[in-house]
This record gives sequence, structure tokens and C-alpha cells, in this order.
Amino acid sequence: MIVQIEVNNKIIKARKGETIMSALSSAGIMIPSICSMKDFTPTGACRMCVVEVEGRQGLVPSCSQPVSEWMNIKTHSPRVVKSRKTIVELLLSNHPDDCLYCERNGNCELQILAEELNVRERRIMGKKNKYKLDHSSPSIVRDPAKCILCGRCVRVCEEKLSVFAIDFVNRGNRTLIGTAFNKDLNFSSCINCGQCIMVCPTGALFEKDSLPEIEDALNNPEKTVIVQYAPSVGVSLAEEFGIRQGKDISGLINAALRKIGFDRIFDTAFAADIAVVEMANELLSLKGNKDRRPLISGSCPAWVKFAEQWYPDLLPAMSSCKSPQQILGAILKSRYPGVSGIDAATVYSVAVAPCTAKKFEAQREEMTKKGLSDIDAVITTRELAKLIKLYGIDMNQIEPEAADEPYGIRSSAGKLFGASGGMAEGIIRSLPYAAGAKEPSRIKYQELRGGRGRKEAEIRIGKTTYRFAVINGMSDAVNLIEEIQAGKCEYDFIEIMACAGGCVNGGGQPIGTGDNAVRTRVKALYGIDEKETIRCAHKNPEIKELYDNYLGSPMSEKCKSLLHTSYSERKVLL
Amino acid sequence: MSLKTHIPVEKEYLVNNVLLNESADLPADVDKLLKLVCREKVKYPVIFIGTGSCGLISGAGETLFEINKYLSDRNLKADVVETGCAGYCSMEPVVGVQLPGKTRVSFKNITSEKLAFILDGMFNSIIPEEHVLGQYKSPSLELWKDVPIISELSFFSMQYRNLMKNWGRISPFSIEEYIATGGYRSYLKTISNYTHEEVCDIVEKSGLQGRGGGGFLTGKKWKVAHTVMADQRYLVCNADESDPGGFANRAMIESDPHRLLEGVIIAAYAIGTSKAYIYIRNDYRNAIERLEKAVDSARDYGLLGHDVYGSGFNIDVIIRKGPGAFVCGEETAMISSIEGKRGMPRPKPPYPAVSGLFGKPTVVNNVETLSNIPAIFENGPDWFMSLGNETSPGTKMLVLSGRLNNQGIIEVPLGTRVKDIIFGAGGGIPGKKRFRAVQVGGPSGGFLTGDNIDIPYDFDSLASEGVYMGSGGMVVLDQDCCIIDTVKYFMDFIQKESCGKCIPCREGTRRMLEVYENITKRPLDENGHTTLERFKGVMQLESLASVIKDTSLCGLGQKAPNSVISSLKYFRSEYEEHIFDRKCSAGVCKELRLFYIDVEKCTGCTACAPKCPESAIIGTKHHPFFIVEEKCTGCGICYDVCKFSAVLVK
Repeated sequence: MIVQIEVNNKIIKARKGETIMSALSSAGIMIPSICSMKDFTPTGACRMCVVEVEGRQGLVPSCSQPVSEWMNIKTHSPRVVKSRKTIVELLLSNHPDDCLYCERNGNCELQILAEELNVRERRIMGKKNKYKLDHSSPSIVRDPAKCILCGRCVRVCEEKLSVFAIDFVNRGNRTLIGTAFNKDLNFSSCINCGQCIMVCPTGALFEKDSLPEIEDALNNPEKTVIVQYAPSVGVSLAEEFGIRQGKDISGLINAALRKIGFDRIFDTAFAADIAVVEMANELLSLKGNKDRRPLISGSCPAWVKFAEQWYPDLLPAMSSCKSPQQILGAILKSRYPGVSGIDAATVYSVAVAPCTAKKFEAQREEMTKKGLSDIDAVITTRELAKLIKLYGIDMNQIEPEAADEPYGIRSSAGKLFGASGGMAEGIIRSLPYAAGAKEPSRIKYQELRGGRGRKEAEIRIGKTTYRFAVINGMSDAVNLIEEIQAGKCEYDFIEIMACAGGCVNGGGQPIGTGDNAVRTRVKALYGIDEKETIRCAHKNPEIKELYDNYLGSPMSEKCKSLLHTSYSERKVLL
Repeated sequence: MSLKTHIPVEKEYLVNNVLLNESADLPADVDKLLKLVCREKVKYPVIFIGTGSCGLISGAGETLFEINKYLSDRNLKADVVETGCAGYCSMEPVVGVQLPGKTRVSFKNITSEKLAFILDGMFNSIIPEEHVLGQYKSPSLELWKDVPIISELSFFSMQYRNLMKNWGRISPFSIEEYIATGGYRSYLKTISNYTHEEVCDIVEKSGLQGRGGGGFLTGKKWKVAHTVMADQRYLVCNADESDPGGFANRAMIESDPHRLLEGVIIAAYAIGTSKAYIYIRNDYRNAIERLEKAVDSARDYGLLGHDVYGSGFNIDVIIRKGPGAFVCGEETAMISSIEGKRGMPRPKPPYPAVSGLFGKPTVVNNVETLSNIPAIFENGPDWFMSLGNETSPGTKMLVLSGRLNNQGIIEVPLGTRVKDIIFGAGGGIPGKKRFRAVQVGGPSGGFLTGDNIDIPYDFDSLASEGVYMGSGGMVVLDQDCCIIDTVKYFMDFIQKESCGKCIPCREGTRRMLEVYENITKRPLDENGHTTLERFKGVMQLESLASVIKDTSLCGLGQKAPNSVISSLKYFRSEYEEHIFDRKCSAGVCKELRLFYIDVEKCTGCTACAPKCPESAIIGTKHHPFFIVEEKCTGCGICYDVCKFSAVLVK
């Protein structure tokens, strides 16, 4: 039903039941807000979105107040503007004045608000809260002093991730966002996914900086610094440099990384191809084994920690196959020295991931062999952008280059790992081959693509049907896990990624590039797949070579010792 | 020996002859027994002792111990009854003695050492006059000579006791005594005679407004919750009283828990729910204990439970203990807290009556609101309407504290003049001091002073003065109280108790507090610049206060600036005195005090100089001493130790 409301002396139409804010935004009126988030119920915490409604005593938050017929609204009256400005001034009065040193300088919602509301003097002054930085987590750094308590991180952690690692602690002006018993983050149930960083309006949450150690390695002539970058980095980095959103700039990344001084540049998608082959064979080997059904993917380190904490009984069902990043890391320190003549001890292996949890994964004890970590340092897409800027490389001027051989060759199935459903699609493409068929029956699985919470597909090989499910975000995962525990699950393979949409929407991706950015990244990945000639992992020639000359057959003992691992229950403060 | 149960009365007897008896008048023999149960007549001497929290703080625990010891030492047959508070808190511990055939006499401030004297006298029919508070008048009992009638005392004479009628009279531990005073009869009549809608109608007709301060029509609120389609509804009783200067709800529960419980049950019936929560702060241990006992005995009497006396009505009451956060008194924060989440308010709409506890329609009512319900059904809505004035029917419990002769809880019809309350029931200001202001409604309220105290105490009149009824607290300030210091206290309370969710309340109240800290603090060096800063702070106060009031999420923040605004309105000169003259004429703001030594009076005894923590006092023995102004912090130790009144405040 359409109702009419009067806004700033003009009559506009609005849908009955929609909020004032949504009606105003359709009418082209922007209302500032800090705490509101798309797809979340409004909390009304920040009070920035207040408007004047005739007949109401105080100002009304437009994020939560529904419109009613002939509501008379003033969106920018002096009273409203003064209130908004005062609120920002109040926030600034308890905010460290160190924008120049801040992680989010130039990309900060508080800065933008202060600018929009023309805050140009320190009018309100007072004592500021002093807090220590929490450096304890391998992935995420918290700076409570910069926190403006909008609560977005808390809500993402609770409602999207079902992790409940952080919440409001203390009262009044001493309120802060903290973990259970206000311990450090590494004691908490945090799964390091970094989604909190993505929604943080200020520099209160950011990834752990790994650039200094990488620079040290680059400047150390003894070290051979090898870098790999994840499938979704190629389609999101463009946003950091003002290049068209959704453009695949893998070629430019190769060139830039080479200019920075990395000795070898490889594509993580190559290892994703190996992961596909391994998991396809693992799946086949389990069929008929009722106790170990379904097979659940273990490529997402955030999901793995989630399962270790809350569902240790599910760990036996978890695929033992490492994530692509760790697979390539393992190969770079075992096979690669042999082919290239480099000493394994001098290899410094860097991974660029769209993810903060990958930093945690690289540090896991399970991911080391003979005291050498598979991966030495992980940086996020954002850190890669910083590194490129630090080395003064103009991304708009350089020419694209190819990655290095042999691990720069990949199928587009490996590339699809970047999007939710891509791993399952890759496996389903290679499953018939692993089962002995020559050609895949079908390449494109539209039903595994898109943003739905649970996606399903099935494939018949001979007389057996394999059912695949793809889970998009943790709250849907919890629902499915309950089904598994109740014995109602009919799937053979389940792909679980902690972040909604998969790695394209990971916690290490560019911040503040708009709602549309994630969609264009996904589109770009599928675009690459459309154009690619090698669309199945098992057809990647370098993989064949690797299996033939080094690994043997999939799931061989060699593979198991290098590419597979196991997980066990993890005790955290819940 | 004392008797623990004075009248053997069977549960079945009370249920069959009293509770289930629908006729207006009970048979004479039943009535006679009930009179014995609620001690209108006694067969043995009865000693009453008020063991509400106010009594216990004043030493009632020791007095009770002494009473039992006294009786057992002398092998006397008497009944000892623990009651709640009678409202007159400054007279605690109150001990009452009722001898057979005679009226009950109450004695004030009976700490344990005075007890034997009182009882010695009473058991010999001699009234120890200096300790007497008064006697309760009763038609069938003989009055004591020369003992004032309690209801004629200035504290009581202007009160109308409906909610408080059992206070100090019956034992809060005994459901039998509550039933004997007519309790639970209206409940059983209501559920068997009225539909849910009719109950809502009656309450709406009575004009009862929410006593939590909002003043919304209770019946109307019930109707909304009742009409929303839902498979479950909830009633929540707000017993999370946390205002400084507000303790009427606690006393209600400690004195007459069954009245509240009956109100809760009728309200639950009205909105059609089978589950009611009483949310009470955990520090109210004494009240919780009595409430739990009340719920248990009501369950034992079949008044709670499945299919109450065949009516088809199911009801369970759950006591939920809150952590004691001020904000949890806000209904949506309370709902979050009951759900097991952090007590933080949510935006409204959706209103709790539509979507509240666990997403179901929920009515949140205050203790006092619900305690009014049984009497409305006993006496009818018109009776209730006839109390109070046109805009605000009924009575209101008020908490009198501060610089008053009489402190405690009173119940007056709404519309009684504030002035009459202060100088009537309150007994005026002690020590011939000048009345300064009255702080109404706790941290959310504001000040009334001068001619403004001549307004009627009701929702509309107070709102028109910009103050808020809140919990019914009235703190009276005299000439020795500093308004700035009082506002600073409330600001400090609010900024500590803010939940931290919305920015204006969280950050704004702290900045306001800092302004107050600034103007009551002595700056290290005094120059024109610091005066300007203080002045700027006060200028900012007004604009900050209006923004906080305009934009805060819940009532806590919206009403936080009330005391700032009303103090700026009425006491601007006091602000100016603090800012420009650096002086607090009440002498409360310590850091602004400056002392000097009167050379005429100082004997040079050296009592003060060694005590001065700042070594600001110099001089030689037997000669007048001298205070170095720059060093003096105004702590006042020298003032206190001087035996010759030679230290004076500048």
C-alpha cells in the first residue's frame, strides 16, 4: 500500500510499513547513519539518522520508525543538523586525534561524517578513554580507543557468523566491545574471519600487519621470496586503484609483484586444482562408507576453527585435504626446491589472500613439516594494495605479465574457488574423471551459484548419485549441522565458507567499495570461467606432471603426508 | 514462650469459607475468626517489629533478637510478628505492642538497648511516654490514655492509605493474614465473573495511569497486548527500582507482597497470559525472600497454577533477578535482560505490547501500578476515579527524604500540593533552616522551588514544570545544600548507569559531568582564561542538554538532562557564583572553600598545623597561625580540629 508523506514541504510517496530512512532514500534524500546495516534489523544506537516529525516531542530515528500517512518530516532542519553535528562532536571528543597515523585514514566513516557536517573546531572537549591495543590474535588487531561502539561488529559476529566472540562490556562511558571476561581475542571463540573489520566504520579493527617481515625477506639476498595470490584477489584488487570494479587484473598483479621484487609468482588457483582432484578422490573413496558421510570441505580456516570449537564431533567428517594456499605452500617447500635447485630452507613463502583467517591458518602447527611452515607470511588484498603503493608502482601504467611456471598454470575450476559454490562446482566437474569417465557430463552448474544460503546440486555417476550442498555463511551452516547431527542429512559433499558469498567477500578484501563490489567480483570470476579453455582441474597439464613425477596418484601416501592434515577439538573461552 | 502461630486456621477453611465465598459479606463466625487472624483482636500480647530494609538498617535485627530473648528469659507468652515498614522510616526500628483488649501502641527508634525498658513498662501497663509514636485506633478496642492516635500525627494525617493499608500491620510472610484482610477475593471473583476484555475495560475506566512515571493508561496498554494475535503473551512486573532516593517498591514488596502478587495475577488474566515475570534487582534480598515466600504460599493455596479453582485460567509467576543496572528499569532493556541478553534498550516501535519478550506481546507494569489493581476490583473503578484529581486519579506513593523532619514513604491522593506534602507530611525543614528546593523524580526528574512548589503533584502539572514523576522520590534541599553539587551527583549516577548504546547519552552525559567537575574544582592557577572555559562549559551545557534530550534512545538519556535544565532555569545565580566568584555559599563544594584564621580567636595551640595534609598552616606557638591560601585545598580538617572556632570559612 502506498501512503503519502510530507518531507521538507514536498509530498512524496512511500510504501506503508517501510522505514522513514528507506522512503527518504528512494526520494533521493541521504540521511547519515553509523549503526544501520543493510539486511539487519535497526538497533537505533547511533542517533545520527534522527529527523524531525511533526507532533513528536523528541527527534525520531528514521532507521527504525515506520512511515505513516501524512507524516510531516523535516530532514535537515536546524534542530536536526545541530543534533547530528553535536553527536559527531561528542564522538570526536572521545576519539584519538591521530587520523594521520590511522589504518583507516581516508577511508573512515567518522572522518566523512565530520567533513559532511562541517565539524571544523574542537568545541566539545574532555577526558578520553585510554585503552591498550589487543595484538593477541594472529589475524585481527583491536583498538578499543578508536571504537565508536556502533555495534556493527557485534551484530555481524552474532547474526551472520553465529560466533558470539565479542559483545558490549561495561557500562556508561566505560562501555567497550570485548570478548568473554574481557580476555584477549586469541582466547575467545573468534574464528578470525575478519567480517568485523569489513563493517567497522573506523580504525578500531584491522588485520595484523605482516608487511614489515615481508619487506625484510625481500631485502634479504639469501632468501628466495615466492608469492602466491588467491583466485579472488585478482578480481578485487582493481577497486583499490580506481580501476573498473570487477576487472580481472591478475596480469597487472603479476607485473607489480615482480617489480616489487618477488622472485617467483604463482597462482593459488593451481593448488586449488590439486585440492579439487584430492577431494574428488576422497569423496569417491568414502562413498559407501556410511559413517563418514557427508564429506565437509576444510578449505576455509574460519569454518575449520568454528567446527573445532563447537562441533568437534563433526571433525571426522571434515575433508583432510588442506586448503589451496597450504597445498601450494607445502609443494613450494618440498617439490619446488627439487625442480628449481633452490635450497628449501631459503624459501620464504608469501600468500596473498582475501582473508584474515588465512594468517591464522598459516601459523597452525598442523601446517608445518620438519619445523618449516608451509607458508611464512600471509597478507590480505588490502595489504597487497599498500605494498604496491609503498613500492611506488602505478597500476594504471604497467603492462600485464604472466605468472611464473610451473605453478602459474591453472584451470578455471581452480579460479572458481573464490566464489561460494566454486569449490563444489570444481569437484563436480572432475568427479566423473576421478571415477573413470573420460569427459565431464556437464560443466556449468548454475544451481551452485548465487547468494542463497544453501545451494544444492547432484550428479549421477554410474548407478550412484552424489548430492552436493553449498553453504553460504555460518548461520546456514549451523542449521545444516543440526540436520547432520539429527541424522537427517542426505548430502555427500558439503562446501562451507564462513563468509557469505565466499572468499570474494572475505575479511581481507577492500573496504568501503560499495554494495555492488562483491557482485562484480563474482561476475568477473564466472567471466574468467566462460573464456577459459581448461575448465576442469584434472585437465591442468602441470597437475598431471606433478602427479606423474612426484605425488603419484591422488590420495597416495605422499599426497597424504604433504597435502592432507587432521584437526582436533579446540578449547576456547565460550 | 513466644507463639509462632497465633491462630490455627486451616487452608481448606479459608479457601472454602472465604476465598470461594462470592457474597459481599461473610458470615459472622467467619468474620470473627478473620479478625483474630489479622489481629484486630488478640488473645495474647503481640509484639510487632518492622523488619523491612529500613528497619533492619536501623537495627531491627538486634531488636528482634532482644525481643525473643526477653520473652524466653521471662517465660512470657506473647506472639512476635515481623511486619514490613509502616512508612515512617525515620522512626525505625518501630516496635508495636498490643495487649489483649487494648489498642496497639507503637514506639519509635527502639534499638536493642531500649527494648527491655519498653516491654517492662508495657507488660505492667505503663506507657514509656518518651518513646511513644502513637496508638492505632480500633472501634472495638480500648484506647490508651494520653497516647496520640497514629492517624492523627502530621506524618499520617494527610495520607490516604490504600496501597499501604496493610503496611506494618500484617505479616508479609503470611498469606492467611492477607486473605483475612480481604485479599485474593477480588482475584477469584474477577476470573470467574469477567472476560479478559471486561477486566481491561474496568481498569481503563478507573483511569489508572502507569506509576513508573510514563503515565500511560494501564487498561489501554493491556487492551493493545490482548488484541494482538499471538500464541503466547507475557506480563512483566518491573520491580527493578534503582533511583537514588526511591525505595517505595521495595517497601511495598517487603510489607505486603501478596497485594502485588494479586495485582500481577489479575493483570495476567486481563491480557490473557499464563506466564508473568517479576523482574527484581538482586540486591533487594529481603524483598526477594518475602516475594518468593508469597509466590510459594499462593501456589500452595492453588491461587497459582493450572486451572485455578476450575476457572480454566492457568498462571505461573516467575521471579527473575536482575543484576541491578539502572537502565534495566527501561522496559525494552528489561525485556532483553529477561531474555538473557545484555540489558540494552531497543528502539520503539515495535512497542512491547506488540512485540516484546521473546518477540511476543508483552505488558510491562510497575510494582505500584499492579498493586493498585486488587483495590480497583474490590471497590470498583468509580471509587478509584474519585481519588486524586481530574487528570490523575488514584493515589501515589512518595518517598520523602533529604532535609525534612519526617522521612519515609507516604501515600497521598494525586493532586495534593507539593508544598503541603513537604510541610505537612514531611514536617518541614529541621533546625529552622530555609527551604531551597525539592528534587522530584530522582535522576530523571528535576527541581521545584519558590512558587513552583505550590503546584499539585500530578502527571500533567509536573510535566508542565519540566519535571518528571519518576519513582515518586522527593529529596528536599535546604540552604546548606548546594544545587550544583546535587546535579553533579545525579549526572555522575547517570553517566555511570548509561548502557553505553546510544552516543548522546553515553558521551554527552560524561561531558556534562565534566562541566560540573570543572566548576566545582579549584584550578591550579586562577586567570581569566579558566573562568572563560568554565563559562563556555556552562554555555555548552544548555545546548548539549537539548541535544541529549532530543536524540537519546530511551527514557534514561531523554530525561538525563532534566535536572541540568531545571537547575539552570531556577538557580542560574548559583552557577554564576561558582564560575565567577569561585564560591559555594552552601559550603558543600569542598575545593571551593577557603579558610582563614581569626587572629583574635587563635591561641596558637598548634592543634591545626600538624593535621593539615598540605602543610598550608604556618605560625609559631602561642601566636596566631596563618593559612597559606595557595596551598589550602579546602579539606576542612583545621576547621574541624579547632577548639576555639578560630578557623572560619571565607
